[in-house]
Order: sequence, then structure tokens, then C-alpha cells
Amino acid sequence: MIQVEDIHKSFGETHVLKGITTNFEKGKTNLVIGQSGSGKTVFLKCLLGLFEPEKGKICYNGQFYSELSISERRDLRQEMGMVFQGSALFDSMTVEGNVMFPLEMFTKQTRAEMKDRVDFVLERVNLVDAHKKFPSEISGGMKKRVAIARAIVMNPKYLFCDEPNSGLDPKTAILIDNLIQEITKEYNITTVINTHDMNSVMEIGEKIIFLKNGYKEWEGTNKEIFKTDNEAVTNFVYSSELFKKVRQMYIEERN
Amino acid sequence: MNYLEAIGRYFIMVWEVFKKPTKWPIMRSLILKEIDELIFGSLGIIIFISFFIGGVVTIQTALNLNSPLIPKSLIGFATRQSVILEFAPTFTSIIMAGKVGSYITSSIGTMKVTEQIDALEVMGVNSLNYLVFPKIIAMLMYPFAVALAMYVGIFGGWIAGAFGGYAPSGEFVKGLQLDFIPFHVTYAFIKTVVFAFVIATIPSYHGFYMKGGALEVGKASTTSFVWTSVVIIILNYILTQLLLG
Repeated sequence: MIQVEDIHKSFGETHVLKGITTNFEKGKTNLVIGQSGSGKTVFLKCLLGLFEPEKGKICYNGQFYSELSISERRDLRQEMGMVFQGSALFDSMTVEGNVMFPLEMFTKQTRAEMKDRVDFVLERVNLVDAHKKFPSEISGGMKKRVAIARAIVMNPKYLFCDEPNSGLDPKTAILIDNLIQEITKEYNITTVINTHDMNSVMEIGEKIIFLKNGYKEWEGTNKEIFKTDNEAVTNFVYSSELFKKVRQMYIEERN
Repeated sequence: MNYLEAIGRYFIMVWEVFKKPTKWPIMRSLILKEIDELIFGSLGIIIFISFFIGGVVTIQTALNLNSPLIPKSLIGFATRQSVILEFAPTFTSIIMAGKVGSYITSSIGTMKVTEQIDALEVMGVNSLNYLVFPKIIAMLMYPFAVALAMYVGIFGGWIAGAFGGYAPSGEFVKGLQLDFIPFHVTYAFIKTVVFAFVIATIPSYHGFYMKGGALEVGKASTTSFVWTSVVIIILNYILTQLLLG
């Protein structure tokens, strides 16, 4: 579980995060949504420890990040997996090399043990024939799968995803969403996902927080987001005609 | 103020490079890869430039020595001194600042832009140690490349002198052996080691702390070449004053 208490983050004169408080529960897919520039990525980077908030606290299973020493922070980071927006695969390594990298860096496993683990996680993300390919030789969807495989290879307690289905076709995007949700349940991970994708919100948003101008504007589930009267949320979520009609139908059905 | 901040951040970066080392088997393979990329990959251009620079030094010296009272052996002497003291260590380092420096900045900068450095940090890897330390160690091989540049430069001078009719072979070789001071080679290698560190670290700094996208990677490579060259020229002056002055 991750507890966030009143975090603030600024860059020069720009106050990006303005006192966000929330909890992310274990075994759930937690979504952070909001317009571009609302502070989602900065918020995620604060959770990852890449940015240090000026004020407020972030607590991972009872450990306050700001109270940890540098080596304790690095140990904690080894319990985190991250799927970056652009996948961030290492260009000079094959798919297998990318997934094996954290094992080589932080475990004392033999080559055969590492190979078994890599085969297992690549199979888990439905990638069985891409071991020897380089990132430049595979599609965007496959890159995301490799990034997910690399993120889970060390059995992380926390999984963070920054727009995991951006740039993917709708079918692949749904596959990636489902895969993340399955992995979250299977390994009982605390998963936090930054997304713009409304399909993701509706499909896997077990908990959703909506950021606006650095504030937490709204918090709820994918069931509650249908019912909310918060204007900022409805303007954002139902910005497309299709979603407006879906919501209208839902409200009419309810009445 | 920005320059002071940049200098301070550079030294903090250098300090961070030596903290939390990467596992040795991984580091060993990274060092070998960098030696191949940075040193062996540069030998061709170093040999090519040194050969012709040595030849040009010989021709220029010969054309400027018109008096029959000045022995032809002086051409070999001048070539040796020019190549060992300046052309091999300093001129080659400027070339390396362009070739190797821009490679280092663009490769690290691209990793920054594509969030690969963030990926390393999130995993708990000291990204500066992982990326920059192997380059510093690989560049310790650079004096061998400069030794080769010295040899090829003098050889180029001899070819130009002997076959271009500027200095008879015997006279040229006599000049090469005239008043040889071994410390001059030591001085050249001391400079080379310092320049090697500069060539490995300043471009890494520009790549690691760059912001923006692909266009900024190109700009960072240019800036890193300019600053690496400026620092090499300044350090060349200081080291010459300290060691030979």
C-alpha cells in the first residue's frame, strides 16, 4: 500500500503539485487521470523517488521515503517496477537482455536460473518468439509487453505505468490494460497507472484520482465516475461525443 | 552564475560516478565494449591525421629553413619536438573531443530523452557509475593511441622529408635523435591522461544533464565539443607552464 500525504512539488516559480493526499491499495489497479500539464507525470515521478517533494510524505508499506537513507531508497526501488510511456528499453540490448538486466544487476542467480525466469515472464506477457530481437525490430505493442516483463521480472511490490497504452491501437491497448490488471491480481501488487485513455478508466479503474492544475479534484471508482456530478471530471472524461452518449444512456437507464 | 552552477554540478557528477559501483562482471563487459568503441574505433582517424600532420610539419619546417648554415637534421628535430610535445597529445585530443565526445554526448543524451536513464534509476542502478565510469576507464587506454600517433606522425614526417626531397633520410634520423629529452614524452603522456579524463567526463555531463528532445541532443553534442576543446586548450597551457615552465 502507498499512502500519499499532502505532497507539493515546484519547478522554479511553477507550483506543479499542490497538496495531494490519497492512498493506493495493494492488489488494485489505481489510475491517475487528468489533462496534459495537470501534474500526473510529476506525481508519478515523486512516487518513484525520481523527484523529491518539497513538502508532504510518501509512505510505502509503513516506510516513509523521506526518512530512508540513500541505500535504503535504492533497496526500495528494487521493489518497484516501472513501465515508461516510451517503454524505455535499452537499445543496445536484445529483448532477453532487457528483461534479464535487473536480474543480472541485483541477484546472484546463475545464468540458467535467470534464463528460466526471463522465459517465464516473457511467456506471461505473451511474447515467446522475440528473445533475440532488438527493440528497434519489434512493434510498439511488443515493446510495452517487454517493458512490462522487465518491470515484473524481480517480483516487484509496486508497479507504476506511465500511459502504458499511448500510441497503441485500441485492441492492443485493451490487451495491455488487461495484462496489467491480471498481473496486479496475480502477484498482489500495488499498481499505479497514469493514463489519458478513457477505455482504461472504464475497464480497469478500480480506483481513480483526477488531477487538475496540480490539485486532486476527484477520487472514486470506475462505477462512480459514471455518476459523478463533478463538472471538471465530466468535462474531461466525457469530452468525446461517444462517451457523452454512453453517459446519457446510463443516466436514462438509471432513471 | 550559470557557469559556476554548471562547474559545481560537473564536479558533483564526477563524485557520483565513483559511488555505488556496478557489479564487476557487468562493469568488465561495459569497459571492454567502451575500449572497442572509444579507442579502437578511433585508431583509423588518429593514424590518418597523424601521418599527414607529421608530413606537413616536415614540409613547413623545411620550406622555412633557407639558410645553408642550418643543418638539414634540424628538420627531423623540429618534427619530433612538434609531434611529441603538441600535435600528438593536444591536436589528437581535439580530434577525439569531436569524434568520441560527440558520440558520448549523443548516446547518453538519447538515453536521457528516451527515459532509459530514468529506467536505470528506478531500478536502483547508479546510472552515472553504469554509464560514465566505463568510459573513464576505457579512456585510460588513450595514451596508447597517442603513442601510436607520435610514431605515425614522425614516420609521416620522415616519408615526406625523405621522399619529397626536403631532408635526406640520414639527416632526418640524425635530427630525431638530437638532444632527446625523455621527460618530454612523460610530459606528453601526463597531458594525455588529463585530456582523456576531460574527453570522457565533459561530454558525459552534457549528455546526462541535457533537457529536451532530439534537436537538443544535437545541440548538446556541439556544446560539449566546444567546451571539451576549450578545457583541453586551457589545461594544455596550465600543464605546460607547470611541467616545462
